[in-house]
Amino acid sequence: MLNNFVMPDFNPAMPEILLLSMTCGILFVDLIFGARHRWMVPLLSVVALLVCAFVTVNTAIGDPVLTFGNMFIDDLMSDFLKLLTYVAVVAVIIYSRGYMKARGLDKGEFYLLMLFATLGMMVMISAANLLTIYLGVELLSLSQYALVAIDRKSTRATEAAMKYFVLGALASGLLLYGMSMLYGATGSLQLGEIAQAASQQSTGNHTVLLFGLVFLVAGIGFKLGVVPFHMWIPDVYEGAPTAVTLFIASAPKFAAFAMTIRLLVTGMFEYAEHWQTMLLILAVSSIALGNLAAIAQTNFKRMLAYSAISHMGFMLLALASGVLAGGDHSPAMAAYTSAMYYVVAYVLSSLGSFGMILLLSRAGFEAENLTDFKGLNKRSPWFALMALIFMFSMAGIPFFVGFFAKFAVLSMLVATEHTATAVFAVIFSLIGAFYYLRVVKVMYFDAPQDNLPLRVGFDMRLVLSVNGLAVALLGLFPQQVMSLCQFALLRSL
Amino acid sequence: MEFKTVLFYLFAAVLVASALRVVTARNPVHAVLFLVLAFFNASGIWMLLDAEFLAIALVMVYVGAVMVLFMFVVMMLDINIESVRRGFWNYLPLGLLVGTILVVEMAAVLGQRYFSLDALPNTAAEAGYSNTKELGRLLYTDYAYPFELASVILLVAIIAAVVLTHRERKDTKAQKIGEQLATRRDDRLRIVSMASVKEAPSVEKAVTEEGNK
Repeated sequence: MLNNFVMPDFNPAMPEILLLSMTCGILFVDLIFGARHRWMVPLLSVVALLVCAFVTVNTAIGDPVLTFGNMFIDDLMSDFLKLLTYVAVVAVIIYSRGYMKARGLDKGEFYLLMLFATLGMMVMISAANLLTIYLGVELLSLSQYALVAIDRKSTRATEAAMKYFVLGALASGLLLYGMSMLYGATGSLQLGEIAQAASQQSTGNHTVLLFGLVFLVAGIGFKLGVVPFHMWIPDVYEGAPTAVTLFIASAPKFAAFAMTIRLLVTGMFEYAEHWQTMLLILAVSSIALGNLAAIAQTNFKRMLAYSAISHMGFMLLALASGVLAGGDHSPAMAAYTSAMYYVVAYVLSSLGSFGMILLLSRAGFEAENLTDFKGLNKRSPWFALMALIFMFSMAGIPFFVGFFAKFAVLSMLVATEHTATAVFAVIFSLIGAFYYLRVVKVMYFDAPQDNLPLRVGFDMRLVLSVNGLAVALLGLFPQQVMSLCQFALLRSL
Repeated sequence: MEFKTVLFYLFAAVLVASALRVVTARNPVHAVLFLVLAFFNASGIWMLLDAEFLAIALVMVYVGAVMVLFMFVVMMLDINIESVRRGFWNYLPLGLLVGTILVVEMAAVLGQRYFSLDALPNTAAEAGYSNTKELGRLLYTDYAYPFELASVILLVAIIAAVVLTHRERKDTKAQKIGEQLATRRDDRLRIVSMASVKEAPSVEKAVTEEGNK
């Protein structure tokens, strides 16, 4: 009976296998040396991610390869997104080391849970089956719940973790329910086979597929954090230790994007017109609520949380403009490219913005209020400039990477005759620019409240500067990343 | 009506009734016991479907291990039932209303057309078909990848549980040999310089001090 079983090809999944074994190795290193040599686990984690990056580049073939009974897909999009994920996680580890150390939270488990979460993201990015998508989501979410609660003494963090856990479980339930409907209608968990079954238009299953699609979109909305599934974002971003917030706000966005592409574009492309309408509603309400609510915030973390909601809405606008009414899907590739570019630009700026909070924080002091940024220019002109770059990029001011991301999405909207939506998005981007510029004003024109010099390690200064310069330089040469995104998607979808 | 059908309805009725009692029982120990009953009936239904492995796993894992743990937790934690149940009757109408609307709406969309019994594939098994063997074969060949992922999720759960609950005790009396050996004289011994000659107390001085008061 076992004779017809063929050993799967392990090569495409080499980065995942390596990361898992190295993480387990680091677990033991932490057990033996962790208490005495605190620097070991973060260093080894960074090394593990760099090894994964090396292997990912080396195993990239270009054409999609399926393995493990067609449950795992290795294509250019997944390789590209995985590389970006490694970069983001390495930056998170370097940014957060000093912050966690000052609070006595730099236990080995902090880095280990991040590595497991990274593994979960990689599984999501490379998933070609509903089952693996779900398992990846769970692996990522479970690690994130624990990370949020890692500061056990803080009631705020515990409350945030509890909220995150309950809402995340609800979201997983919705996602799973939608998946079960898809399975019921098509008889397969395989995304490729679902797409095939959906295109055959057997009338009976049409309703069931559509019914499942609603739940899928709701689940995706939760994971991305868009209105009306955004409730957890502000509380979790504010309550979690800032280093964890930095993590949640950066790398998982790549995985969520990949999941959206896999589920909606690979699996349910036949129903694009239906999910586009749903995404459009989510996007428009996110942009409106996110930008308006962010104005009222005095807490910088909460403000960035609302800005995250509006940015994810903006990204959905691009996904919602791929297929024209009547089924013409010629603009699809350009639309998904601009969405991907938007995610890259957002994560870069988001890493830097939360990095600034970590830069200004020290033992016993959390620089999470807007007033803590007062007079940063007098304390450190260089990092004030970096913060200015991040804020300008987030606001979409010309010649920073965020501007070109917004520009790509808006030109996509205009090209697909969503002009009214484009105008709406521009107006709310202008409203949003207010609160980003307020940060710049506070940094440059207000008197500093404390004059203590910034005391962070050289590694963090270096990476934060590189991050800021990347946001500025990619804004000057946007075409390179854009064509990379386009190439990756062209060879994958 | 076949005897199997009779059994199915019996199991199903007991299952639904005990599940309801899990939610409504006043005493948490009773709730746990009703949950055991519910699991038992669910495993009976699986047995009727020829899914004997799932049925036995449910009894062994859930009834045997998980529910016993639950029972321990419930008995060890002194939960104040009244405070947990406060507001139950206030929220009930709203909860029922929302639940009913959801069920009615979903039923209106899907109806009986798609998931009725004759719409599902016939899964009647031939004689000698081993459900356990088939499951094992699939789990360790075609589904090895998700199976491993599930195990990684469990590993994360263990790590998370340790991180969130493990506390270093502050009152343990362990010797730290390294610290003991590395200790220096200055850590343990404090030399205080005191006057070697002390003035003898005199009567006049004491009297003037009394007078000053």
